[in-house]
Amino acid sequence: MGILDGKRLLITGVITDASIAFSVAKIAQEQGAEVVLTGFGRMSLVERVARRLPKPAPVVELDVTDPEQLDGLASKVREHLDGLDGVLHSIGFAPASCLGEAFLEAPIADVATAFEVSAYSFKSLAVASRPLFGEQGGSMVGLTFDATVAWPAYNWMGVAKAALESTSRYLARELGPSKIRVNLVAAGPVRTMAAKSIPGFSAFEEAWAPRAPLGWDIDDATAVGRSCAALLSDWLPATTGEIVHVDGGFHAMGV
Amino acid sequence: MASTEEILAGLAEILNEVADVAPEDVSVEKSFTDDLDVDSLSMVEVAMAAEEKFGVKIPDEELPKLKTVGDAVSYIESNPS
Repeated sequence: MGILDGKRLLITGVITDASIAFSVAKIAQEQGAEVVLTGFGRMSLVERVARRLPKPAPVVELDVTDPEQLDGLASKVREHLDGLDGVLHSIGFAPASCLGEAFLEAPIADVATAFEVSAYSFKSLAVASRPLFGEQGGSMVGLTFDATVAWPAYNWMGVAKAALESTSRYLARELGPSKIRVNLVAAGPVRTMAAKSIPGFSAFEEAWAPRAPLGWDIDDATAVGRSCAALLSDWLPATTGEIVHVDGGFHAMGV
Repeated sequence: MASTEEILAGLAEILNEVADVAPEDVSVEKSFTDDLDVDSLSMVEVAMAAEEKFGVKIPDEELPKLKTVGDAVSYIESNPS
């Protein structure tokens, strides 16, 4: 018996086996879920990684900024699953000018891209996958990095995460009547491909573990994966519009 | 256990498939990033394909140390499955 027995999940954001989404997919399968992945750009890489899950998962292509692919998502998922009970959004991108460069200099076009891919896409994914949810509703989960404070180097990605956090609350409002819960996990830093592309990421790595009362392992996405699996399950049935911190307790400490 | 030539040929095949590198461009002294234009995500895929082909395990933290084709060949030779 697993907490996700019989659940049908769509999981975005797998790019390597270090991806947070890979950990979620692996744990979800171990807990009894049927998983379909979406891939972007490097399809052959995502397909190779998908074969390393406990049960090889099908991969459908999805660029969250492409209206045609969004429109076609439901029918592509239906080739593998007869509906959905949960969706993981693990997607973010910011052009180089938005991360680590001078905050005051980033051009609006780049900032808009960060917003579109990292925040607006949660809405796009909700709309695209909504026809697959049944009357029993389900759960949408996204990943943020605590956007209530300013971080070194994270810059406009942090602003985009603030927009994601707000988008999540509005989605919770919109989708609540359809019994679809919408929540975010505010994860501590995990050394994924995405994290490696953040200049100054090592500053987070060093600061996190000593301040987090539970400690923190930047090389292990398991805690984040298990927490996402819990939110995708039926075990937080009255929780929506929430941000669950999975950060070892870092956010709650003064120093 | 594959010979050095077999590993080199296998890597050339993988590099061609994953990153569209011409097999005749692959030799031990070539740098993946500087000479063969293999970016970091392609490098991850090359490593995964090499793991499957040669039955070795290439941990993520080893990847940045494999700068040249020769580095990869030696790693695969010295870490038999």
